[in-house]
Formats: sequence, structure tokens, C-alpha cells
Amino acid sequence: MKNHTFFWFILPSLFAMTLFIALPIISVAIQSFHIEHEAIMIEVENCGPFGCKQELQVDVEETVKLKDARPLGQFNGFGTYTNRNHLAFTEIGEAWQSSTGLFDFMSKAYNLPFYRALAFTLTYTFVVTPLVIIFGFMIALGVNTLPKAIKGPTIFISLLPMIVTPLIGALILFWMIDANGIIGSTLQWAFDDPNLSLKASPTLTWMMLMVYGVWHSAPFAFIVFYAGLQTVPADTMEAAMIDGASRWERTRYVVLPHLMPLTIFISLIQLMDNFRVLEPIISFSAQASATSLSFIIYNDLVGNESQFFGSAGATSVLTILGVGILLIPVLIRTWRDFNQKVV
Amino acid sequence: MSDIVHRRSPVLNIVIWGLVMVWIVAAGFPFLWTLWGSFKVQGDFFSKSDWTNAISGVRTQIETGAAFTGKGYYGAWVTKEFWLAALNTVVIVVTVVIISLTLGTLGGYALARSGKKYAFYLLMLALVFRAMPHITLVSGYLLPFFEWNLWGHLPTTIVVLVAINQPFTLWMLHSFFLNIPKDLDESAMVDGCTRFQAFRHVIVPVMWPGVVTTGLFSFLLAYNDFTVTATLLSQANQTMIPKIASFLGTTQTEGNVMFAVAAVVSATAPLFVLILFFQRQIVSGLTAGAVKG
Repeated sequence: MKNHTFFWFILPSLFAMTLFIALPIISVAIQSFHIEHEAIMIEVENCGPFGCKQELQVDVEETVKLKDARPLGQFNGFGTYTNRNHLAFTEIGEAWQSSTGLFDFMSKAYNLPFYRALAFTLTYTFVVTPLVIIFGFMIALGVNTLPKAIKGPTIFISLLPMIVTPLIGALILFWMIDANGIIGSTLQWAFDDPNLSLKASPTLTWMMLMVYGVWHSAPFAFIVFYAGLQTVPADTMEAAMIDGASRWERTRYVVLPHLMPLTIFISLIQLMDNFRVLEPIISFSAQASATSLSFIIYNDLVGNESQFFGSAGATSVLTILGVGILLIPVLIRTWRDFNQKVV
Repeated sequence: MSDIVHRRSPVLNIVIWGLVMVWIVAAGFPFLWTLWGSFKVQGDFFSKSDWTNAISGVRTQIETGAAFTGKGYYGAWVTKEFWLAALNTVVIVVTVVIISLTLGTLGGYALARSGKKYAFYLLMLALVFRAMPHITLVSGYLLPFFEWNLWGHLPTTIVVLVAINQPFTLWMLHSFFLNIPKDLDESAMVDGCTRFQAFRHVIVPVMWPGVVTTGLFSFLLAYNDFTVTATLLSQANQTMIPKIASFLGTTQTEGNVMFAVAAVVSATAPLFVLILFFQRQIVSGLTAGAVKG
């Protein structure tokens, strides 16, 4: 295809992506170096029945004017990045100095909002992703052996947790594990503990969020693996059987290697999607025990009183760096494959 | 392969059936339960005394005189104006799908046919863009949108959703176009068509299966989106998902959680119908990207 034809075909799509994906990334970076204006104070005389006093008051009019003139706020350099709510260098340094051991240091760092969110996001990503792959594979193997007539309905039901809106899916589970909901009360009965509440304990909340994550994403891995199982080469399979390979050996040495590229594909997609976990935390109202990077940005933007663009910007930039680190192995690999193909 | 090969030991059979049964219950039961419960009163769905009340509807009998009640639905759709949110969702989703597919087919076709190095770079860039958490992008939009008075309107959200979904759409359509033989449009060009004419008259008529599948996924992306719609739309223009999220705060205190339950069931129903009719396309779409790497 000629260069200029290519250009005209891709232009609308490229334009949309530049304007709403590339530029916002730059805009986020600029925002992260700025901070909200301080309120302008004026001294006013406040006279009451007991005489007059000089008082400091916020000059609302001037503050609004300043905000309108320079909406970005004032320049703050890396100030937002290093403050307590983000990388918190001072606090981390102090914690390092005063800690008795690694565990003590970790628990101190966990009290800082950014590290708290990072801890949950990473745990969620690296626990849910492998579990999704394992469960997806097991379900695919199971469904593959079913009689044809019930395969269709099984796939239909399996698709539900994935297709349904994450916020809604998480809510449905949340209502069921409520102390008065069906799972919640069953657990209370099973453990004979009327005060057992999955919401009250941070550990149980983390577990519930991850159970949701696996429930939501396992169908995706299942469908991809299931499609892969249909294309397992019959010749190799038969050869393995003639050589006397057992069922387990065939799965291990024929099916698994055949599905390896699919596993890489699923883990790539899952890493990207799990790293941005946000909806289940909102549905579970879990912010007291678990926050994610996406959640603290969301909280800065949709806060109750005012919005903190500088703070949200700094967390966003750090999150984007995190995504970059996650993607580097994939990009290098694809790069190598492509260059081999060309040569 | 012969039947002897497929014969499994009874133990293995039981394990497999057990596993599949557990999964089916885990995947399907929550939806069934919530659908059933949405026609009860709160005292039954969140029963303090006995969870079987949610099935028999004891309190529902006492409070409304019948075993089923549509109170939750009335409250959500009429009192809380969920119909408005549903209308907004329809407007947003339909427009997003149409625009996404138009841009995506043009771009995806170009990427599939180019073969140049820069096409590969663009695909890689799209992959990086695909990985960006949406909320990081939203924090880049908000301030400019406030400044230019673009915030809160439906068209702004539509454009943003189209752009955010573009990387995915491009990848998917690109892999579908790779499946259409090159000879088709090239022979048309030998006969004197320009590239665009070849696309218009030769490729467009045969691309529909791929477009329908991609369309389903852009529908899902727009319909299921929470991040963008929750942050970029004003209260009056809210779509269903942020509306449900806002129910959570208000209904919990007012004691009408059942409004939220009814709204959740209402928002799930279209997705249910979608899978019912397009199951084959969804499955093929999920695997399209994977099988070709």
C-alpha cells in the first residue's frame, strides 16, 4: 500500500488516539508538576459587641480570580511526587532508619497511601493472573469432554461473569456475601460465628476482591484455551498414544506446549486489565481495607469537596510508569519476533 | 480417533463432571439468585433471620400481600428516574459503536495491507495505549474539559469512549482483514480501481462477519464502562452504570437497596440477550486475537 493512501486510511483513527490518549498523557504529566493555589488571605476588621478584632479571612473573590487566570495552579516541581501521599521519600527514609527489621519497615510503608495502593494492586495482579490461567485451563479441559448437546449452554453460562459489567458483577457478589445475604449467612452458620463478616476484616476483603477477580476473568481464559484445544494436532496426539503416553503425559507434553502461546496472550491481557482494578473496590466499598492505584486517582478526581488534579496527575504518571515496566518484556519479545520475520 | 481412546476411568469422569458442575453453579447462580431476589422486599433478600426467606418471600407476603413485588423496579425506573439513564446509555452506546467501527475498519484495513515497518510500530503503539488504565487518561481530560466547558455533555463522552476503544478495535479488525485474501482487492486494483474503490466495492461486502464481532466488543466496552462515564458526565446526563454506583451511596442510607438490585438486574438483561444471540461471535472474537498472536 502506498504511503499516502495508508496515511489517509489511518488518519481518523490516529487523530482520535493522539488527541485523547497521547495528549492526555502529556497533560497528566504537566498537571503533576503543579499544585492547587493557596487561598489568598486578607485581614479584615471584625467588630462585635466586645470591640473590634483584626482577623485573617479567605478572600473568596481574589482566590476565584486567581484560579480563573491560572487554572493549572502553581508550579510545584517534583513536590507532589515526593510528598506523603505519593512516594513519601522523607517518611520512607525515616521508616528505614527506625525499623527493626524488614517486616517492620514494610508495615510502616504500608501505612502510606501510595504504597498501600501499590501493595494491593501488585498482589491483586500477580495472584489473580495465574489463578485465572489455571482455572481457565481446568474448565476448558472439563468442558471439552462434555457431550456436544450441553457444551453450548455451558459456554453460555460461563460467559456471564465476564460479559456482565464489572461494577454490576462485583455488586451481585457483594450482596451475596453481605452478613444478611445468602453466602454471608451460610458462612456464619458454617463457622458457627454470628459476628463473622467478610467486610470487616481486611484479609477477608482482599480475598473476596481476588475471588471476584478470578470469577470475572476465568471465562476469558477458558474460552481462549477451549478454542486452542480444538486445534491440538490429532497426529501428534495419536503418535503419543501409540508410544504409550498416559492421559496425564499427553496433557503435559502435547496439549500444554501447544497452548503455550495462548497462555502468553492471556497473561498479557490479564496483566494489563488487573493492573487497573477499580470497579470491585467501589462495589465492595472496600476502600478502608484495600485501595488500588486506579482507586486513589479516582478518589482524587471524584472527591467529596474538591478535586486534586496535581495529586491525581502524579499518581497517574507513576501508574503509567508501572504499566510501562509490565509491558517491557512483551514489547521486547514482539520486537524480536517481528525483526526475525522481516529478515 | 477411536472410542477406546476416549474411554476414561470412572473416577476421572466424576472429577471432571464435578469440576464443571461447580463452575456452572459459580458462574450462573449469582445471577439467578439476584434476579429472583429483585422481586422481593429488602427484608427477604437480605434476611436477618433465615436465608430461605429470600426464596419463599415471607416478608414480601406480609408487606405487599403477594409473593412477588415490582416495587424495586418501580422505585428505580420511575422514582429514581433510571429510564433517563437507560436512554443516555442507548444514545452513547449506539453512537460509539457506529463511529468506532467506521474509524476502525479504515485504520484496520490500512494496517493489514501496509506491510511496512511503520504499520507495525503503530500496532505496537496501539498495544501500549490499550494498556493505559483509563483513569490515568481521565485525569488528563478533566482540567481541560472544565476550562473549555466540555465537561458533562454526552458528545464529549462519546468522542472519548471512541478514542479509548480505538486501539482494541484496530487490533481486532486488523486481524480480521488479514484473513481476507489480498488477491481480492489487488485484482480489483489491477482492473483500474483506486485503493479506496477497491475497499468500498470489494472489501466492504465481505467484511461484515468481522465487523459484527468487533461491533459486539465495542458495544460491551462502551456499555460496561464505568471510569469514563462516572467522571465525565454530569448528574443529568448519567448513564446506567454510574447511576447504579450513585444508588449505592443514597439507597443504603434510605433503606431501599432494592432499587439498586432492580437497577442491576435491568442493566444485566440486555447483556443476557446479547450473549443469547451472539454467543458464537463473542467466542470467535475472543479467540481471534489469540490464535493469530
